[in-house]
Amino acid sequence: MSILVYVEQAAGKIKKTSLEAVSYAFALAQKTGEGSVVAIALGTIDSQELAAVGESGAAKVLHASDERLNAGVIQAHASAVAQAFQAVGTSTLILAKSSLGDAVAARLAIKLDAGLVSNVVELPRLESGFVVKRSIYTGKAFADTTITTSKKILAIKKNAVDQKVDGAKAQVEEFAVVLAAADFASKITATERATGEVLLPEADIVVSGGRGMKGPENWGMIEDLAQTLGAATGCSKPVSDIGWRPHHEHVGQTGVKVAPTLYIAVGISGAIQHLAGVNSSKCIVVINKDPEAPFFKAADYGIVGDAFEIVPQLTAALKAAQ
Amino acid sequence: MKILVCITHVPDTTSKIQFTANNTKFDPTGVQFIIGPYDDYALARAVELRDQTGGTLTALNVGEAETEPTLRKALAIGADDAIRVNSFPKDSFFVAKQIAQVAKVGGYDLILMGRESIDFNGGMVHGMVGELLGMPSFSPVMKLDLEGTTVKMAREIEGGKEQLEAQLPLIAGCQEPIAEWKIPNMRGIMSARTKPLLVVEPSSQETQAEASSFQLPLAKGSVKLVDKDQVSELVRLLKNEAKVL
Repeated sequence: MSILVYVEQAAGKIKKTSLEAVSYAFALAQKTGEGSVVAIALGTIDSQELAAVGESGAAKVLHASDERLNAGVIQAHASAVAQAFQAVGTSTLILAKSSLGDAVAARLAIKLDAGLVSNVVELPRLESGFVVKRSIYTGKAFADTTITTSKKILAIKKNAVDQKVDGAKAQVEEFAVVLAAADFASKITATERATGEVLLPEADIVVSGGRGMKGPENWGMIEDLAQTLGAATGCSKPVSDIGWRPHHEHVGQTGVKVAPTLYIAVGISGAIQHLAGVNSSKCIVVINKDPEAPFFKAADYGIVGDAFEIVPQLTAALKAAQ
Repeated sequence: MKILVCITHVPDTTSKIQFTANNTKFDPTGVQFIIGPYDDYALARAVELRDQTGGTLTALNVGEAETEPTLRKALAIGADDAIRVNSFPKDSFFVAKQIAQVAKVGGYDLILMGRESIDFNGGMVHGMVGELLGMPSFSPVMKLDLEGTTVKMAREIEGGKEQLEAQLPLIAGCQEPIAEWKIPNMRGIMSARTKPLLVVEPSSQETQAEASSFQLPLAKGSVKLVDKDQVSELVRLLKNEAKVL
């Protein structure tokens, strides 16, 4: 039996976390030794981009190209994915954890009568039941969770598996979906999206600044460092609360939770509420002039000193090493 | 205008998380429980909307008797009455079923809750309740205004936000900056003691998933400090030792 993966797009590009979800499904299919991976993609996406989903392990991509699906309308997406689930005749749906993914998966859990677990960090164990490990308490713990229904939905946390890349192309098929007016219960009146920047929840490297940056006018050096690394920029809660940086950059317990390979924190003391948003990072670097800053206890590498001197030096050293 | 706000009873964000009974139960020793921070935003906005429309606001929690102080706090902040579904919240599906049943009986126009709980972080309950009731659901909502039966919202999307409009009834999973958290005043605390708190038994026992055992992450090794005059050494370590560049 095939495994279905709901892949999300941003401006016509399949999201990296969605490709990780495809890789996860591929690894799961290998583990159970049955079936292939089918992806469902929604909205306007060009066929080469869709075929490239094959590199991560999908044999086939179903494409519902209705342009009304370009925006993340929760009910319409849930309805389209449910139709693909029935058409493929699968019992397992995989997707990347995201704010849209969670909301769509929740509706699907009811529509399909499927057990849903989010924040999954490993492949399931199948020896006794279907047991998945998920991150809970905002990364402070893990829970082994048994799904007791025959249909299953897993929302995969970033970095749970390595993205598989092998150059294979997926077969792309147009998939006709029937959408009702009720699926579009809302009208989107405006969209503001920063363009050309690395999306924070997707980023492999994140550079964040805190109140130690002293003011929004000093963010140039954070952006320079981020640009040199191909990183996204983030900030602490106080910084977004004062309005130095936009709210969607706030990293922490009540902001964006990130799981990059490398997290660089500049002038952030490391309050528990900030740490909860970064504790899934693979490697943490802290730059702070206060040697007693609690963030150093959660860091892999640290430099005690003035950010205004160190950050430009670090940018220069990275450029020299490239 | 009838508003329902769903409240989680969760460990304070600064809590040290520990488990007991051979890692099968959460250890509440020394833990202070609070209204979930996202639910607290939803509650604050719900109080403002109730005041604006002159309607009623009911706070709901699915939990055992120990969650009543948390519900009383919601009453102190401004909810008119409260309902507790008397059961341990077994999984998201179980909780969604209870909320949907309460909502069916109460006939609410607007259902608000946090975008996710901060214990299990599922972010699913608003979507599940929406599907169970056949109502649209939106999350994460960072602004919500009422103009008659039209709801104008801003929803956070990755790297930005989206402005949208929909009609009542609907469900929203909320996050900051939808409203400022409200701190109960003395009058609120006094009146909360006598506001009605109805306890109902669960309408269904169905679940879809069961958390069987818990683990803590591996402890982090100690930080390796690099001298501030040796910044290029940090680049070398990130490249060759951590292998993250």
